[in-house]
Amino acid sequence: MIKHLRSAADLDAETATLILDTAAEMATLAGREVKKLPTLRGRTVVNLFYEDSTRTRISFEAAAKRLSADVINFSAKGSSVSKGESLKDTALTLQAMGADAVVIRHPASGAPHRLASWVDGSVVNAGDGTHEHPTQALLDAYTMRSRLGRLDGLRVAIVGDVLHSRVARSNVLLLSTLGAQVTLVGPPTLIPIDVAAGLSGDASRRGDRLVPGEAAGGPSAPAGSAGGDEPRAVSPAAIAGLSGDASRRGDRLVPGGVAGAAGGGPAVSYDLDSVLPDSDVVMMLRVQSERMQDSYFPSAREYSRRYGLDMRRLRRLPEHAIVMHPGPMNRGMEIAPEVADSPRSTIVEQVANGVSARMAVLYLLLGGK
Amino acid sequence: MTAYVMKGVSLLGAAPRDLVVRDGRIADEPPGAGAEVIDAAGLVALPGLVDLHTHLREPGREDAETVETGSRAAAAGGYTAVCAMANTSPVADTAGVVEQVWRLGREAGLVDVQPIGAVTVGLAGRQLAELGAMATSAAQVRIFSDDGHCVADPRLMRRALEYVKAFDGVIAQHAEEPRLTEGAQMHEGEVSTRLGLTGWPAVAEEAIIARDVLLAEHVGSRLHVCHVSTAGSVEVLRQAKARGVRVTAEVTPHHLLLTDELATSYDPVYKVNPPLRTASDVRALRQALIDGVIDVVATDHAPHAVEDKECEWAYARPGMVGLETALPVVLSVLGEQWELIAERMSRAPARIAGLAGHGGDLAAAGSPATLTLVDPAARRTVDPSDLVSRSRNTPYAGTTLPGRIVATFLRGEPTVLDGKVVR
Amino acid sequence: MAHPRADTPSKIILSGADLQRVVDRIAHQILEKTSGATDTVLLGIPTRGVPLARRLAARIHAFEGIDVPVGSLDITLYRDDLRRHATRALGKTEIPPGGIDGRRVILVDDVLFSGRTVRAALDALGDVGRPQCVQLAVLVDRGHRELPIRADYVGKNIPTALSESVRVALSEADGGVDEVRLNPTVEGGRDQ
Repeated sequence: MIKHLRSAADLDAETATLILDTAAEMATLAGREVKKLPTLRGRTVVNLFYEDSTRTRISFEAAAKRLSADVINFSAKGSSVSKGESLKDTALTLQAMGADAVVIRHPASGAPHRLASWVDGSVVNAGDGTHEHPTQALLDAYTMRSRLGRLDGLRVAIVGDVLHSRVARSNVLLLSTLGAQVTLVGPPTLIPIDVAAGLSGDASRRGDRLVPGEAAGGPSAPAGSAGGDEPRAVSPAAIAGLSGDASRRGDRLVPGGVAGAAGGGPAVSYDLDSVLPDSDVVMMLRVQSERMQDSYFPSAREYSRRYGLDMRRLRRLPEHAIVMHPGPMNRGMEIAPEVADSPRSTIVEQVANGVSARMAVLYLLLGGK
Repeated sequence: MTAYVMKGVSLLGAAPRDLVVRDGRIADEPPGAGAEVIDAAGLVALPGLVDLHTHLREPGREDAETVETGSRAAAAGGYTAVCAMANTSPVADTAGVVEQVWRLGREAGLVDVQPIGAVTVGLAGRQLAELGAMATSAAQVRIFSDDGHCVADPRLMRRALEYVKAFDGVIAQHAEEPRLTEGAQMHEGEVSTRLGLTGWPAVAEEAIIARDVLLAEHVGSRLHVCHVSTAGSVEVLRQAKARGVRVTAEVTPHHLLLTDELATSYDPVYKVNPPLRTASDVRALRQALIDGVIDVVATDHAPHAVEDKECEWAYARPGMVGLETALPVVLSVLGEQWELIAERMSRAPARIAGLAGHGGDLAAAGSPATLTLVDPAARRTVDPSDLVSRSRNTPYAGTTLPGRIVATFLRGEPTVLDGKVVR
Repeated sequence: MAHPRADTPSKIILSGADLQRVVDRIAHQILEKTSGATDTVLLGIPTRGVPLARRLAARIHAFEGIDVPVGSLDITLYRDDLRRHATRALGKTEIPPGGIDGRRVILVDDVLFSGRTVRAALDALGDVGRPQCVQLAVLVDRGHRELPIRADYVGKNIPTALSESVRVALSEADGGVDEVRLNPTVEGGRDQ
């Protein structure tokens, strides 16, 4: 079993499926009169939240408590490098308190990776900056599987502010691992650069490297060592054939079209209407209207017209397709109220499934040696 | 003054010979009695290295580095002169501050510390600093830079380029279009996409370099480009040089060796500005260094206190220490191309900075005995706790690099012997 | 961890045919002791307790035409030795639609050893509902109890040494033939 859940990329297909299966078992327990299990008695789970996120914290808290873990809520909002305790000092404090797992929500991407290097216990990423939110992806995958019966071959459209979305990153990685085909939809300004390669589960699809598998100069990769493609003494003639290929840069995808799906990376489209008829799942991301100020799109009205999911667009979806949203929703912005409340919508289910998925994660991280 | 004879030394890879140092200069007569003998068999002599881009942190962040500790690190790395960047606290934007740094360098006495003056008051990019006063001060500033910040305002940049012509100054630009890099954390590309870190697009550097070479061409001024990091920048520079624009450029050792993939660990030891780029950028930079499109290897030695690196990536300060690993990194990239290394790490930077006593011809009697002796056969695994610098933020921890600095001489006086700083 | 030695082969204790006879006998005993298996639910403990419970239900149906509800009760989350092993995957818990409240629950497992599995099962059962009574049926009782627990229905008592292990193979769970073997050395730690 894995030690930490920092990224959806920490999960291979086998482990991800084990978590979903475990979540399914946890969900059956949720219907019982006695919901509490003795499994994690004597274990301590710390919820270390540097951002307000009541729904995520409550979900983790419920999950840990149903497994009988001791839960300590450590709200560190407002802390930063300039004021208050550093993350490292906090980590050492939690370490001294005997935390078996730390669930961390943090505004800085990669904070869970840093934390994991300073504590002995497990680290669970509950959302870091604009990076990832892997338990959200697990509960989303769980919801898709329980509604549609499978993930392999499922066509999932993720729509909206992909650039700033940790939910999107984790979903792309996890869904690709589990065999779904993901299409990212949004205005080009909100689709990250090189996304097909960047979020491909297949490392060989990523850009070229100085030393295969590991960038040169890493701790175990002596610079210029034999075996890499960098001979120790590089003569002008030897290097000439390697000279720069800057053409890789930028978005290589066809505007309005779908490209890049082969090999596990997500496809990209700028045209929601064309994607909907071929989608089993459409996941709407929260779009903050403040993005307008940064010129990602001209106005909320134009965004909503081009990328909002209204009843007209809902009818373009196949009969069986479902509508998801990680919440909190901007009704009327990315999703029309009547779509959010339609039977196609799984938004309330996602919340319930969140507790089961997080119970599964805590059990699998803490339930063994 | 002690005379030295270096037995069996190879000048830039030439056949071994004895090199006599007397009265601070290379001598062609035999050493007199009492000369100290240095067994230099297998060692290569290079003119003392000159760094165009060093952050010594004093005044202001003496916990990270001081002029004295930075001078020691420089000497240990084979340097005999360093140009101290202006982004201290207070900023080196007046004659007073540059003279203070210059004096501290003299007191340390291990390398020539040549202060760089700020282009604008407080590095704020609004008003020219008193460039002439710094030029005529005891520090005799010739290079001006807002490094850490770009002189983004095109009109201000034009004026600065023009103004320094009066005293043969040069503006060293930190090329970074600030509106394109707000909140930027690493190279914009597939890795930044995966890691969810705000991207620093290559075009933000290239656009400024393109603008500045046009400005320099228009007003007929000298321009120096700091830490070039992208293949696109190389192309802009190549074209500008072909047209005869008076532009010079530097590349850092880390941009010649490391790529953005290292950010995957989220360890801010790999956070630097400009950021580590892609493998194809690295290849283009190496080729440009060989071709001469890039004139100089400069360290951008940027010491930081532990708490500024042992934190979240986004909160960490950018920068890496580099003085002690620069030559080994360049050796690993270029191999033993001693002539090229001497040009890029000593002569060219000495010319750009106007440091007449550096980058001399070691074969010519009468040249200043300002040189460094390198053992190219030695290999060293970098251990941060071994660094002479006050800071430990090296990206090469655990990496084995070729070459060891055995001795450094500044005007005939040893600053490093047996790999140890003499005082 | 010790591995089976090549020079001391494992011994077959129950063949496929023996196993079938034993299951038949337990089915008869259940019918006898429960006056026709009325108000009774069979809950198999994963993994091999589940097919055993199904077999028992099938035999009871064959003998008397009675349909006894069958389900499964996973006890992993109630184990007292979780921290001694790598994390275990959960088995299925499926309580038959009628539930267990007020009924007789017969827990079914393959091997009764320390009694800790049954202890965990009783805890798990308590969280599911409140049965009228709980009984225990096992294919093999190998002794070495660590808790005050005994089975109501035992297919075969097999005296064993602590170092030995009992391996039950059922076609539904293990793919091959039905049999019970006694291995001379423990493979992979003590069973509960």
